[in-house]
Amino acid sequence: MTPSRLLTHGMLLVGVLLFFLPVWLVFAASTQDASALSRGEISILPRLEGFGIYWQVLTGTGAGAQQGAVWRMLGVSFAMALAIAGGKLVVSVLAAYAVAFFRFPLRLVCFWVIFLTLMLPVEVRIMPTFELVADFGLIDSFGGLVLPLVASATATLLYRQTFLLLPDELVEAARMDGAGPLRFLRDMALPLSATNTAALFVILFVYGWNQYLWPLIAVTDTNLQTIMVGIVRMIGTEGQTYWNRVMATAMLALVPPVLVVLVMQRWFVKGLAEGST
Amino acid sequence: MSARLELEGLSKAFGRTGVLHAVDLCAEPGDMVVIVGASGCGKSTLLRLVAGLETPSAGRVRLDGRDITPLDPASRDMAMVFQNYALYPHMSVFDNMAYGLRLRGLSRAQISDKVGKAADMLGLGALLSRKPRQLSGGQRQRVAMGRAIVREPRLFLFDEPLSNLDAKLRLAMRVEIRRLQKSLGTTSLYVTHDQVEAMTLADRLVVMEEGRAVQVAPPLEIYRRPATLYVAGFMGAPPMNLLSATLVADGTAARLEGGMVLPFADGRRSGADGLALMVGIRPEHVEVGGERSSPALPAQVELREPLGAETILICRLTGGEMVSLRLTGEPPETDRIEIRLPARHLHVFDAASGLRLDPG
Repeated sequence: MTPSRLLTHGMLLVGVLLFFLPVWLVFAASTQDASALSRGEISILPRLEGFGIYWQVLTGTGAGAQQGAVWRMLGVSFAMALAIAGGKLVVSVLAAYAVAFFRFPLRLVCFWVIFLTLMLPVEVRIMPTFELVADFGLIDSFGGLVLPLVASATATLLYRQTFLLLPDELVEAARMDGAGPLRFLRDMALPLSATNTAALFVILFVYGWNQYLWPLIAVTDTNLQTIMVGIVRMIGTEGQTYWNRVMATAMLALVPPVLVVLVMQRWFVKGLAEGST
Repeated sequence: MSARLELEGLSKAFGRTGVLHAVDLCAEPGDMVVIVGASGCGKSTLLRLVAGLETPSAGRVRLDGRDITPLDPASRDMAMVFQNYALYPHMSVFDNMAYGLRLRGLSRAQISDKVGKAADMLGLGALLSRKPRQLSGGQRQRVAMGRAIVREPRLFLFDEPLSNLDAKLRLAMRVEIRRLQKSLGTTSLYVTHDQVEAMTLADRLVVMEEGRAVQVAPPLEIYRRPATLYVAGFMGAPPMNLLSATLVADGTAARLEGGMVLPFADGRRSGADGLALMVGIRPEHVEVGGERSSPALPAQVELREPLGAETILICRLTGGEMVSLRLTGEPPETDRIEIRLPARHLHVFDAASGLRLDPG
């Protein structure tokens, strides 16, 4: 191994440690005794007899389980993230398809208006959005949780770029073969942007999973409590904070997005390899 | 199955820029009509108008007498082969060919039968499950042809289908396209900028210049009697030699700039005394030495291009004009030669209008 390769690997190792260490600390802390943790005593080694906390947290049993079962929060978060990612993909594909392939009046205006919404994330428009959702009677419902987060300028822009890269002749060949607009979308545009879809799905799923502010104000029903809101509510609401529960919940909250990345990674690596001609 | 295609005054303008100006054209059933011209002459636009991919600003497209101008591409019953093949990259060779048939609602059995036949015809049988990226350029070209053939359309449209292939493959595919088109007997419109392709493939040749069809004729007639200076200079390699001259008073001869008089063999041209002319002669018709029947021009050989079967000589005349010669025999050894321009091979054009001047 040459010195330069050693250096590269050394730097990569440092990077890995830097990212991995906090996660490891959370994991180690989740297995410690609750009272020891609140005294600030944290061991770098996990305590084997503390592993049972994961079961307690998932099922919402044991001391400090006021926020209920975590499996339920995981379910709500997963459904929400899935719905947000799916919804964003559907809306963006259709919007991008329209902007990229059809000539209609004010096409560019539409495009720029979509573009401008990049500057208006939920946090900026939270009051009017809340008002709107409340008027629709969607507060404390799954729809209210998901819908305001579904429109996505980022995904629209990315799809538009992908669609613009499809050669004109491909569109024309399909037209001569007799493919109408919806056929072309289904048979050509979507399969040919599958890699894009896989990558976007990962990003959007993680985005949906990490939502905190909107679920916090849009939902008060504990049955619809997401895991992000749940974790925060576990901390110091009344009396003692069971830090080992918090840490265990944090570890559990990591699992679904990591799984999604691992599964989808396969897809878009495959897509990248197939897409190159 | 084979159809007669007629274009009537077909025009296209993009905004204020006219790309195509009232093109009339008729392709008889089974004909291969080749449209040739420099890039930007509107030949591809013409093809796209016929395909229905563009809407004409004026004029009509008729197929077997029926006006199909308002129809969309899918309902015109035409198939197009694109320059970059435009294969569906995510579909197998079989699916590429089958796609159009599926959309037309054919049964599975019909589809595999038709695709199988087309694949056999093109030697693609072993490649049906491959994806386009696993194919060579020539194979992709074949798939593109196959996609057109399986549909059994009434008209084939070819948009420079061979220009992405290397020279050797281009030759082979050219022969194959001709063979297939003849055996299927499908009327075809073929666009190219390559004059050899144009000459060898065409039943009828259309030479286009700046959005106009300047000459429509069988290829040999275009070669032998080019209608304009542009056609004369465009068709043939090396191109026709063109020398500036003027018409002598009685219209029976042209006077070159050096003062030499070239009498016309086929009769007098009408026109004013001193009318500016261009006199053309094909490189293979220029003679070295030869009989004393026509006057000789002294020339200096500047370049020799031996091609084996023939030799191209590039010579400079005393007036500075360049003349190319195509010699089949032994080329002269000296660089100072005398060339003759036989009267029966002269082409006479009006220098101002560019039109051919024929006797009478």
